[in-house]
Amino acid sequence: MTGSAAADPRGDPPAGERVPAIEAVEVSRTYQLDGVSVEALRGVSLTVQPGDYVALVGPSGSGKSTLMHLLGGLDRPTGGRLVIGGRDVNALAPPEMATLRNETIGFVFQAFHLLPRTSAVENVALPLVYRGMSARQRRERAAAMLGRVGLGHRLDHRPNQMSGGEQQRVAIARALVTEPTVLLADEPTGNLDSVTGAAVLELLEQLNAESGVALVMVTHDQEVAARAHRRITMRDGVVVADSADPRSAHDRPPSVDHGRPATLVPAPSAEPRSASGSGPGHPSGGSGGAAGATGRLPREVERPEAHPRDAAPGDAVAREGAAGAREVERPGGTA
Amino acid sequence: MRVAEAWRVALDALRANRLRSALTMLGVIIGVASVVLLVAIGTGTKQKVEQQVEGLGSNLLLVVPGRIEVGNAPVVSPLTLKDVDAVTRVVGDPDRVAVTVASGATARAGARSDFTTVQGVLETTPAVFTRSLARGRYLTGTDVDTSRRVAVLGDSVARALFPDRDPLGQQVALAGVRFRVIGVFAPLGQSLGVDRDDEVHVPVTAAQRLWGTQRVDGIAVKAPDRERIDELGERIVAELNRRHPDTEFSAVTQQQILGVLGDILGVLTGVLAAIAGISLLVGGVGVSNIMLVSVRERTREIGLRKAVGARPRDIGVQFLLEAVLLTTIGGLTGMALGVGTALLVDALSPIPAAITWWSLALAFGVSAVVGIVFGVVPAQRAGRLDPVVALRTE
Ligand SMILES: Nc1ncnc2c1ncn2[C@@H]1O[C@H](COP(=O)(O)OP(=O)(O)O)[C@@H](O)[C@H]1O
Ligand SMILES: [Mg+2]
Repeated sequence: MTGSAAADPRGDPPAGERVPAIEAVEVSRTYQLDGVSVEALRGVSLTVQPGDYVALVGPSGSGKSTLMHLLGGLDRPTGGRLVIGGRDVNALAPPEMATLRNETIGFVFQAFHLLPRTSAVENVALPLVYRGMSARQRRERAAAMLGRVGLGHRLDHRPNQMSGGEQQRVAIARALVTEPTVLLADEPTGNLDSVTGAAVLELLEQLNAESGVALVMVTHDQEVAARAHRRITMRDGVVVADSADPRSAHDRPPSVDHGRPATLVPAPSAEPRSASGSGPGHPSGGSGGAAGATGRLPREVERPEAHPRDAAPGDAVAREGAAGAREVERPGGTA
Repeated sequence: MRVAEAWRVALDALRANRLRSALTMLGVIIGVASVVLLVAIGTGTKQKVEQQVEGLGSNLLLVVPGRIEVGNAPVVSPLTLKDVDAVTRVVGDPDRVAVTVASGATARAGARSDFTTVQGVLETTPAVFTRSLARGRYLTGTDVDTSRRVAVLGDSVARALFPDRDPLGQQVALAGVRFRVIGVFAPLGQSLGVDRDDEVHVPVTAAQRLWGTQRVDGIAVKAPDRERIDELGERIVAELNRRHPDTEFSAVTQQQILGVLGDILGVLTGVLAAIAGISLLVGGVGVSNIMLVSVRERTREIGLRKAVGARPRDIGVQFLLEAVLLTTIGGLTGMALGVGTALLVDALSPIPAAITWWSLALAFGVSAVVGIVFGVVPAQRAGRLDPVVALRTE
């Protein structure tokens, strides 16, 4: 975190304390298909800050997945500059890119992409294999992570023994077991029914809020997009709208920035708990900060452990204050 | 990724496709087993032949018309007993000279008959070739001089014609002419698949009369010492060349026979091993093929592994180890199978087989190398896969 001010191109004082997790400057990606060039991305600039919650929307074929692959270091831009975790990908060899992905990025795919015939805990532990971690340590961490996504009782189940929602939770655990700075989710609920999908979304938002991992998510759900801190709309390989949300990376007022530091600190899951226990004047919005207040309530019902936070009367006011600002952009505020 | 981990992943992958892994290994198993078995048979045969040639007696010179070389057709012999006398004069000691005139003939005794080789010989044969009798006596000088129709039977012939009687004193008809059995050889066994006990010795004079010929096929001389054996051979050949200017003669020693036989058997073993090696190669191609299929099938897995941080090398090593595991497990199984079959063949058939450590080491080494060589291309292909494309694959 220190010394990051110089690296911050915006010079935004409060934001200047953070190194951007990902910084894309005028990146383009052109595919060569049988001699024909397909310009999937045509100069996209985007900065993802630690703890951000960015929704990427746009019609099919607009380049969302292509952008996600670039942001995750899974692919290289054919033009422009892309810096992931402080490292310019143009200067990285494939093995270094792999290590960078392992250390800073977590992917969640629409198709889950779990290894078949492999238990949940081993699937989750997979990224740790490439860190040379011992089998026991891997299992411990993977099991703990599965516990956090609510699958502590499914450690040794195989993908074909689990529902789609459970499989996607395993995939989320796998993406987060390395404690990355950014979680990239490309239509994570695309293969799930609406109820299961909503639960998975809630989990992603909760993890974003609790652990401070930045969440960049491709979604077609306007409601979900509205809950994000920032909404980026793409069309034909360019960004056509970077949310009018005042809290978006570019024009977020400093005061609001201060309003949600808890979600920006990339560590303690203990943070929300301490926040909920604190007085009304506490600036932290807690874990619920990521989701709009209206969006929270129904889901809270399913989550008994979240109730104590709601039960604190003063805290709700504080959150209302933080979340209320977010409400500005919400079209209908539906639950 | 840790090496132990890589092995585990490779092993898991093989286990996940047990049947396919086993079938792929089968190519390597058969290749390695046949290399081991054929080399064992080649080696066993060579050892046995060497023993037998050495067992012929020491300092032996064989004088035959024509050249002794691989690929030379035998020549009809111009030699007669007069030439034998001439050779005897060169040697200086009649007890050291033996002859043979041989032909296939049916031996009959009562209702039983046996097709065998009848050898016309001198009484010196047991001394020159170190043969011993089980029963009775051998031919004498008088038997030879008087063309007496007496015969000494090889063990197999004796068993075939007189399974339940003592052959001594019995009559056998050789090519229709009656001979009296005076002795039976001690058994010798087999060599190169030939039954060496399937022969009947009769006086050379009687044999020549039987077939109406003056011919002698070959002369054997037991040299007095090893040092001058080559020189003696040259003198004998010179004498025979003088008497038969149109024919070439060769005098060969046991060492030369061993050399020639060794060459033949060496070539034979080599050819067999090469044929077996080809099947090993085919097995390797099978491994390569299956690994390519495996890479294609697991493209998404590769993409996912890369997405979570596997470097190209990690993926390459994983697939290479898988190929090497396939061939080395196949190689070990093939070795066990080859050794087992060789032991069975040696014990249950007349074909000798001897296991050599070098052939096992070679077979195992080759199978490991085959795994590496044929695994490299699929492994590289896997390592270089573009993760985005890989993840998109169905
Ligand atoms: N590997 C590829 N080769 C050629 N064209 C591609 C490739 N991947 C994507 N494209 C093209 O790039 C454009 C953007 O694709 P994509 O990023 O998948 O869009 P989205 O995720 O928004 O639906 C599309 O026109 C698509 O056909
Ligand atoms: Mg897409």
